Amino acid sequence: MKQIAMSKQTGKRQRKWVSQTYYHIMMMPGMILLLIFSYIPMTGIIMAFQNFVPAKGISGSKWVGLKHFKELFSNRDITLLIRNTLTIALGKIVLGTLVAIIFAILLNEIRVRWLKKSVQTIVYLPHFLSWVILASVVSNLFNLDGMVNSLLSGLGLEKANFLGSNSLFQPLLIGTDVWKEFGYNSIVYLAAITAVDPNLHEAAAVDGASWWRRVWHVTLPAMLPIIMMMAAINVTGILNGGFDQVYNLYSPKVYETGDILDTYVYRVGLINREYGFGTAVGLFKSVVGMVLMLSVNWLSKKTTRRSIF
Amino acid sequence: MIENKSIESRIRISVIHIIVILLGILCFFPLWNVVCISFSSSLAVSGNRVGVWPVEFTLSAYKIILEDAQFWRSFGISVFRVVVALAINITTTVLLAYPLSKSKYEFKGRDIYMNLLLFAMLFSGGMIPNYMLIKNLHLLNTVWALILPGSVTTFNVILVMNFFIGIPKSIEEAAVIDGANPFFILLKIFIPCSKPVLATVALFSIVWNWNDFFGGLIYMTKIRNYPLMTYVQSLNINIAELVRGGAGAEALKDAMAVSNKNLNAAKIVVAVVPLLFIYPLLQKYLISGMVLGAVKE
Repeated sequence: MKQIAMSKQTGKRQRKWVSQTYYHIMMMPGMILLLIFSYIPMTGIIMAFQNFVPAKGISGSKWVGLKHFKELFSNRDITLLIRNTLTIALGKIVLGTLVAIIFAILLNEIRVRWLKKSVQTIVYLPHFLSWVILASVVSNLFNLDGMVNSLLSGLGLEKANFLGSNSLFQPLLIGTDVWKEFGYNSIVYLAAITAVDPNLHEAAAVDGASWWRRVWHVTLPAMLPIIMMMAAINVTGILNGGFDQVYNLYSPKVYETGDILDTYVYRVGLINREYGFGTAVGLFKSVVGMVLMLSVNWLSKKTTRRSIF
Repeated sequence: MIENKSIESRIRISVIHIIVILLGILCFFPLWNVVCISFSSSLAVSGNRVGVWPVEFTLSAYKIILEDAQFWRSFGISVFRVVVALAINITTTVLLAYPLSKSKYEFKGRDIYMNLLLFAMLFSGGMIPNYMLIKNLHLLNTVWALILPGSVTTFNVILVMNFFIGIPKSIEEAAVIDGANPFFILLKIFIPCSKPVLATVALFSIVWNWNDFFGGLIYMTKIRNYPLMTYVQSLNINIAELVRGGAGAEALKDAMAVSNKNLNAAKIVVAVVPLLFIYPLLQKYLISGMVLGAVKE
């Protein structure tokens, strides 16, 4: 009996050991790809401290220490770039969340099923389209002889050069991004609303609370955890600003308000081939982005005992 | 639901319906307008006469596209990219997610792997080191430069891993006792149980790879190697660059070779049609997947 038990145990241990080998083998393909395409480029940040010349490689290029970073922070451009990036990203987050929440609340009131379904089908669609496509749609509508300007002049207002004016370009970016994403973003909020206990609404209605008060005192508080979580996730992308959108819509005329960190890295680093400097700007962005993500995660753990990742 | 049918509540309901319908139209109209432009004559387009219906209906733009060899070449590159990337993404994601769904006692080294994945999500070398890597690997101007760099996505791995963790242990234990090895268990038990989450990941991959233009922009130096979105994008810029470069109104009108406008519209329509085919699936899986991810986490 004892022997059987023992052999059973070694059998189990052996099986466990065999499984371990299988597990490591399974991890291999993904880990190798990750190593090559994520970790090897990380070593490339060395270029940020060099006058990198591709022909000489990292080992042959001249070291310049912190020169690129000094240049970066003494440059007037960087304040402008960071300001643009933050304004555009914050505008998108705040307005986008607001519109998505309002839309979800309104949509939840629609009782006609086919109408609700068709509206959902339509408003989710732009999310799945590339900015390459949508930029073309947007400039088609907003350029000088586009439909929006025809409408403006039809109303007796002055035509506006949305794509070429520094004061209008940021609102255009924010507005069109909200347009693209509000439907898709409303999905989680709608899910949160439908999860609210209907008894709460009924109780409030019996007590004579108006629709507005019910939304304010029942629906919104119930949505708060999701709103907070989405806000936290969004904040981590605050240095992104949306390369695809900006790149497809901007032009030298609106660099002053439309240029963001990513588009700048692309132009300076890959078009002008200032590899070292471009890497330095990218590194700055990566580090700040990582610190933001870690702090938001820490904060979320502290306050809601739930980490984002 | 108690609903006092007072006049006030009726007005409220009507107003809400009107707002929601207007928002729907606001999302639909700009896209529909492009479809109409693509079917209209260039004269009608240049005169800004196209609104909610094609004016002077014509298929000429689509005929030109049919003969545009580069368009179909790029289309083919994009299709190839989407299919191969999908296969690689799903394979690596599933293979990573399964061992990671084990506890660190069942799988020694699990946490090290997990941290490697998380760190890759948090930090990246940036645009230029990525470009240098592709260049040094001699992958420039190959479709692999588009497929391989995005082939492992931490987010997707976590999504699938969480789903695997939720599958009851007892099913797996029964198979282990029967002597099944982990590959068999993954293939015969976990994958069949996980169709919704795998569909979500697959759709993420398809949409991202179809829509991405940036990879083509930086890794392809020859137009003939452009994937479809990069090709369409290069067309937009040619016209738009002139428009936005501050050209005067007259030069602008000349430059916008009028026929280009409905030709571009038609190219956009053709580039979007494949996504419309899978849109019902996108609605079904991505949306339920997104809600699951947010509510469960």
